[in-house]
Formats: sequence, structure tokens, C-alpha cells
Amino acid sequence: MKKIKSTAKLRDLQQELNARLDPNRACIAICCGTGCLAHGTRNLVERFEQELADRELTEKIALRRTGCHGFCERGPMVVIHPQKIFYQRIKADDVPEIIDKTILDNEIIDRLLYRDPVTKEKIVHEHEVPFYKKQMRLVFGMNGMIEPTKIADYLAIGGYGALAKVLDQGDPQGVIDEIGAAGLRGRGGGGFPTGRKWNATRKAEGSPKYVICNADEGDPGAYMDRSLLEGNPHSVLEGMIIGAYAIGSSHGYIYVRNEYPLAVENITLAINKAREIGLLGENILGSGFDFDIVINRGGGAFVCGESSALFASIEGRIGEPRAKYVHATDKGLYDKPTCLNNVETWANVPLIVNKGAQWYASIGTEHSKGTKIFSLVGKINNTGLVEVPMGITLREIVYEIGGGIPKGRKFKAVQTGGPSGGCIPEAYLDMPVDFDELSKLGTMMGSGGMIVMDERNCMVDVAKYFLKFLEQESCGKCTPCREGIYQMRKILDRITEGEGKLEDLDTLEWMCQAIKDGSLCALGASAPNPVLTTLRYFRSEYEAHIIDKKCPAGVCKALITYGIDPDKCTGCHACARVCPTGAASGEKKEVHQIDQEKCIKCGACYEACKFDAITIV
Amino acid sequence: MSQTVTLTIDGRQVQAEAGTTLLEAARSVNIQIPHLCSNEELAPYGACRMCMVEIRHGQRTRMVASCIYEVEEGLEVQTATERVLNVRRLVIELMLARNPTHPTLLQMAADLGIEKTRFEVEVKGCILCGLCVRTCREVVGVSAIGFEGRGTTRRIATPFNEAPPDCIACGACSAVCPVDVIPLKEKDGIRTIWKTDYPMQRCESCGRLIAPVKQLEYFAKITNQPLSHFTEHCVHCR
Amino acid sequence: MQEKVAQIIGKYNNDKGFLVPILQDVQKEFNYLPKDVLVAVCAQLHVPLSRIYEVATFYRAFSLTPRGKHQLSLCVGTACHVRGAPIIQDGIERVLNCKAGQTTADLEFTFETVNCLGACALGPILVVDDEYQGQMTLAKANKLLKKLGKKVATDEED
Repeated sequence: MKKIKSTAKLRDLQQELNARLDPNRACIAICCGTGCLAHGTRNLVERFEQELADRELTEKIALRRTGCHGFCERGPMVVIHPQKIFYQRIKADDVPEIIDKTILDNEIIDRLLYRDPVTKEKIVHEHEVPFYKKQMRLVFGMNGMIEPTKIADYLAIGGYGALAKVLDQGDPQGVIDEIGAAGLRGRGGGGFPTGRKWNATRKAEGSPKYVICNADEGDPGAYMDRSLLEGNPHSVLEGMIIGAYAIGSSHGYIYVRNEYPLAVENITLAINKAREIGLLGENILGSGFDFDIVINRGGGAFVCGESSALFASIEGRIGEPRAKYVHATDKGLYDKPTCLNNVETWANVPLIVNKGAQWYASIGTEHSKGTKIFSLVGKINNTGLVEVPMGITLREIVYEIGGGIPKGRKFKAVQTGGPSGGCIPEAYLDMPVDFDELSKLGTMMGSGGMIVMDERNCMVDVAKYFLKFLEQESCGKCTPCREGIYQMRKILDRITEGEGKLEDLDTLEWMCQAIKDGSLCALGASAPNPVLTTLRYFRSEYEAHIIDKKCPAGVCKALITYGIDPDKCTGCHACARVCPTGAASGEKKEVHQIDQEKCIKCGACYEACKFDAITIV
Repeated sequence: MSQTVTLTIDGRQVQAEAGTTLLEAARSVNIQIPHLCSNEELAPYGACRMCMVEIRHGQRTRMVASCIYEVEEGLEVQTATERVLNVRRLVIELMLARNPTHPTLLQMAADLGIEKTRFEVEVKGCILCGLCVRTCREVVGVSAIGFEGRGTTRRIATPFNEAPPDCIACGACSAVCPVDVIPLKEKDGIRTIWKTDYPMQRCESCGRLIAPVKQLEYFAKITNQPLSHFTEHCVHCR
Repeated sequence: MQEKVAQIIGKYNNDKGFLVPILQDVQKEFNYLPKDVLVAVCAQLHVPLSRIYEVATFYRAFSLTPRGKHQLSLCVGTACHVRGAPIIQDGIERVLNCKAGQTTADLEFTFETVNCLGACALGPILVVDDEYQGQMTLAKANKLLKKLGKKVATDEED
């Protein structure tokens, strides 16, 4: 494509590309998100390519390799346009049938349809699947309409139109006012009002000014930023270019996790393409505005999600945070005014510019506007990425979209906010989800991880898990975080090993407050949250470990014993075969037993038993 | 002309130049805030968290490190609230878990009414205040030592735990260490630091030991003087 | 080696700010971060060796020791944890007789845990030589290990 020299030329190109989209042309949109790729989608794509070529249909039927559709649980999946037929859990051998029957003959293949686990009804169309029905996929929905590697696809659906609009209006302050009026708050963690951050950076003295996209999504259990960068990189770029224009910045960075190779690949390609056609670089669309973006790959450090640690990393140093008594908007990267927003925040920007602040502010709750993408994972039937309006209840997310808890087990908690967040018990399931409501419960929005836990998850173990995580991820600079988290974890180790004392709980609570008050950065200051919330909502579980020396969920190794239920054991020998120590044994077709002396509680027998005969008490 | 700011610290009105840290301002009126990682010669770092204080701006109170936070007009600072003391108690107990015997730490603990740590002791000696690393970097200017690892496994180390190629054996790291865990020995004209031997230069006039040869070479390099400038006479016979 | 280093650093215009990505490229080229290569980076980039050593030991992606022929990364993010990643970690450590973060003595396997790989819906995730393997179980992990190297003992210990 040639360089586009004006906003008018961009609009012409958009129209031309849009006109080429034939709404009636058959198109197979195949999800190539990381989740589906792990399900083996690569083979599927190859098979589609080959089968289409064999039938000489390559011209007639489009094959669209899209980013993540969100319903990772049911991958590999395709949506067949124009009817929007939704097929899931597809295998390569299903491909010829899909082409011959569904595409050429308009016949539905029953076995590939999604079956509602509650009503048992088969569902034909994507938008009728309960997982999608309650969602509002404003930001994420575009993923299914484009190939992330093709800038033409993004342009054809109106991409970069928001940029053209702001350049035509020529009023940078007006853009900031619009973002402010929309009520957009940062999607990365704290929920700081985006408009205010932009304004502060615009007003700050110093140059150059930097605009940074934080794509160091380190929150365990959250992967929406990855899926946006992989699936729709241009929406993030467009947001950043608009932001840079509003703030008065000519230098941008994208700080992306190196653990996300496909995201790095797609965003690199997108930047190169955008530069090639004049959407990045000098004199963007002939407006006289210059802006370019450099990619900086992280080295695997959760703390680099913290702004000052992120800057240190971009400057080539270890990710040590600084005390934030001076805001990054005044002195950030290289001590220059810096505006840092995360991927999802940037991706919301074109939407607001296109549809207006008023429309955007009509979605959500009083102080939390728009939608939020959550990764709904853990012990939940429909795992995946869901985009919902702020203010939806946890119950709607867990039960209506998520389809409830697998294996008929009981819901126990949902963990939000990553290691800085907390665990919410069943009693609060009807609470609306937004920034402020989550804070009230002692947790936070964070970047949007929602990890569902059932009765088989031990809350003391979960608290210990997060402390262990943070212990490894703490930069080690300040004492309360480095040593305090470590000592808290040692106390939890003792509790889970049956050596805890009731006073330990008081010590923990005292430490939590002092660590919150004393830590240098948000990592340390929020590190006590998982402990505090589990103590607050699941204290009896701690007490069971301490007083009764029992782990009610059957997780903490020192407090559990594996056994075999003689009524259920069929003598199939599966446990004995997998047991690494010979502890599980027995004659075939007779009830087996477990030698407690030899048992190392590895859980292999539990996993192998098909008759639910292994007991954990 | 620098601007003067008026604030209150523990109820006392204090005047300080803008840009002064709360720690310095408190010191100027003889209010002592305990601290371990701060040093006038070095850029503020804020790692040990002993010097935390509570500040009030209108209705809001906030905990800040007084070695970094700068004075502001009308600011109310409290240096010994219960919240502040709890952080200091936690910090000192955590440090005692790494180093349960050093008199400086024991004194600080005693000032807070603590005899010993309630945490499991794993003696490491070093409390990771970073004074040595920062002095080497900011004052000496050679960056011979640094941090290794992160989180609980963080430690002070020479690159690859081997003889540090950039070290000039000046001994500043050892001198600045508040808990005396960087050994420096001198014997028979040899200085040993970071497990490495460095020959000392003798004064060409009086024969007294001046400094490690590497240090004098470094001085010669940064001052652009011939090495002889530093070796011909020492401070004693000049 | 000097040339390779110069090439990598040149790609980043000799800019110290790109130290982390430079070391990533170095590690890709040399399989780990050999000492002599880091000394060369230090000389060519004019950065003190102590700073390179700091960075090389701070970020988890870097290894100062040679890595095994096969790379196993088990995700231990929250979603994988609640779905049983610790049991799989124990199992792999037992079979390889090497702890997470280590390489087997015969340099066949490097086993690491990663704090979230961002494929949470498919947890637990094991990445075997860059291939994502979802919904991992002990049995599946053992099968994968067997497939990769016959030298590895599976059911012998007691």
C-alpha cells in the first residue's frame, strides 16, 4: 500500500476497502488465538487451506485467521459467515465435511454445534450461545472480524477513522476533554481516570513527552491484553496515536512481555505496516503531527507492571520502583513527562472518539464507565475472555456467562485483582462489579483476572500461593516487601503443615497493616490483600488447619491422607499403575489399598481413578 | 533565591528550604528519625523504610519515607504515631531476622521497645540497605559491585561472584556499611577486599603506604594527571 | 563471538536502554548468557559489568548456565494453580530428578515454572519446546517426558 497523505485519502481508502467486503460471501473465521493454537488450530488452518485449494474454492470462500474469540474452553472453533454458524471443538478431519455440507450445501452439522449444558439444547449461531449473549463486546468483538496481520481488514471496518477525526478537528485539548467526559478509567489496575492522566502529561513541562503502552500483563490469571495485542493490534496503535496527539508527544513505547511471542510478532508487524502507509512517523496523514513507536520486550518480571519499575526496565536497568512522590506525568521515563496506560485502556480510545463521550458514559455505573474484559478462569465451565458492562453482577458472570462450576461442585470464591487483589466469597455474588465496589470488599479490579475456586480449593493454600508468587516477584529493594512477605509465607507454611498457632493469625494481621503502610510501591502495599481477604472471609478454614490440623479442602499435603473407598474400588489397578512409589497396590479385580508409609501424596492415583474411589481426608 | 517553606513536625513549626527532605528538616530542629539506608552523599533511595512518617494534607493522612519526601508549605508531619511505630517495629524485627547481633540494629530495636525478633532467624548479616552499591556507583564512580537476583534471594555481589574487574579497592563500601559485613583487611602492603588482593602503593619519598595502586591509577585517570603526581609524596610528607 | 555481539548491539543502535532486549537476543543466539559474551557486551555497550550482571540475574528470562536440549515450562499462574499445577510440578521434578529452575545433569532437560503464560483458559499449561500443551495432567506430562527422552526414569524411585 502507498503512503496516505491526508485524512480525506484515508477515508477514500476505508470506503474502497469496505466496498470490497461482500456481506454475502462465505467466510470461515477461524480462531487463531493462543488458546486455540494450543488446542491444535494450526493443523486445522492448514487443512482448510488445502481442502479449499483442492476444490478450487480459494477465491470464492474466504478463510480468515482471526485473533481470540474469547470462548477458549470450546476451541478450536470457527464461525461461518454470513450465517454466523458457530462450530466448536473441531478436528482436522471435520474440515472436508464443513466445506462440503455447511458452506456448499448450507447444511448444519449437528455434532459440531455447542450444546447448552443446562437446557441440553443445541445452538446454531454464535450470538445465541449463552456465553456470548450477556456480553457486550465493544472492544473485543472486533477480533472476530479481522485478520490481525492485515491492516486492510482494520481499515475496511472503519479502523483509523477515529484518528482521522481528531486530526481533522485539530483540537488536542478537546480530545482530552472527551476522554475525561467519557469517564474512562485505567484498565491496568488502579483505575486512575485516563483523561486526568493525559491532561497532567499535556500540561507538564519538559520534552520530549512519552506515551507508553503497558503490555507487561503479569497478573497471573489475566490474558486479555495478550489477546487484544494478538488479535487487534491496530486498535491499540490507533489509541496510542490519538493519545500522543492529544498530549503532545512524539515518542511512544510498547513494553510487552517476551513470554507473549505472538503478541510481539503481531504488534511489530502492525507498527511496520502503519509506518509504511503514513499512520506513524513524520507528518501523519499530512497533519504535521509526528509520532513513532518503539517496542521494548520485558524480561520476565511482574514488578515491571509498576510504572517506575517499567521505566527503569526501558532504561536498561533492573526493575526497581522509585517512590512516587513525583508523578510519572511530570517525571517518568528518563525523568520526562510520561503517560502510561495499559493495552485495554488504549484500545478503548478509538471507540470513545468514534461514538462520543456521552454514549460511552451511558454504559456502566456511576463512577465506572464502559465495559471491562475479564478472564474467567479456574473452576468454571465456560473458561475464556468475557467483555461485560461495568456493574454486571458476579453471579451473572459466574453462572450465566460462565455456566457455573464443573462436576457439580460448590462455588467457594472468586479471586480478582491478581496478587494485589482478594478472594470474594459467595455472600457477595450479587454485588455489581466495578472499581469501587471491588475495593469495598478488600480486593480490586486489577487487570481483570477472575479466578473461580470451588470447594476443592484451600483458601490458606491460595493465600500462600500468592505470597510465594510475590516473594519471587518482589524486586527486593524495600524491607517490608522483601522480608515481610517472606516471613508471612513462612507463617503460612507452618499453618499448612499443621504447626500453626492461633496467635499466628494476629501476627499476620499486624504484619499486613505494617507492610501496607511501609512498602515502597504498590506491589508491596497490596501484597497483604490475598491474606487479609482470606482471613476476613474464610477465617474458619485457617482455624481448621490450626486447631483441628485438617485441611477441609483436601489440598495441604501434611494434613491429608489418601485412601480407597472399598465400595467404589473396582480393582482396575489404574492407581497402582501410576503410583510412583508402589504405595497403591492390590490384586486385579480386588479392592486396592494405599500404604501410608510409602505414600508421598502426589495425587497420581486420584487423577487416574475413574470410579471416584480415591478418598482424601 | 531558594524559597523557604513552613511546616510543622510533631507540632513544632519548622522552616526549611524548598527541596529539603523531611528527614533533613526534622534533623534541623533536633527531631531524630531513625534511618539506615539514607546518606547525605547519595541520592535518596528509600529502601529500608525505617524513616517512615505520617503526613497530613487537609483530611488525608499518608505514610511516606522522610528521606525522600520533600517539605511542603503547611504540611503536618508526625514522626512517631502508632502507625509509624508499627512499620518501624516490623522493619527492625525483619532486619534482626537477617542480623540478630549488630549493636546498631539492637539499639534501634531497643528504642522501639523490642529485644529480639519474633521471626525465624536466618543469619545473612547484610541488611540490603544498598549503601555500598550506591556509594561505589555514585561517589566512587566505578560500579564495581551491584545487586544480584531479586526478591528474597537478592544479595550484594561482585559480577559472577568473582574478583570485581572495576574495583579500585578504595574500601568505601566497607566503610559505609552500617552493619560491618564487608570485610577489608590490610597486611604486608596488600589490601584484601571482595576476596581479592590489591597491592598498596608506597610513598616514593617517605615509604609510607598511601593507597591501593588501582585506586591511585583511577585518580590519575579521572583527574587527568600523571600517576607520579599521586605517588611522589603522600599526605604525610607533602 | 565478538562479531555476533556487535551485530546484536548494532540492531539496537548501541543504545543501553535496550539492554534487556539485547540480552534476550544474546540468549537466543548462545542458548544462555555465557560470561565471556556478557563481558563483550559490557565492553561494546560501555556499561559496567556489575550492571549487566544485575540485569542478567534480576529478570527471570535469563540464564547464566547452559540450558537443556528440551525446554519444559510449567505455568504456575493462579488459574493453573487452582487446577492442580503444583501436583504436576512435583511429578515432573520427581521424574527428572531436578527442581524447577534447574537443568538435568545430562543437559537433556531444563525445567522451569513460569508465573502465568497467559493461556489461563487451558490450564494447567505445560510448554514443551515452545509448543503449548493445555489441560495438563500428571499422566499426560509423564507421557510427554517419555516421548522426549528414553533416558529418563519414570517409575523407578521409591
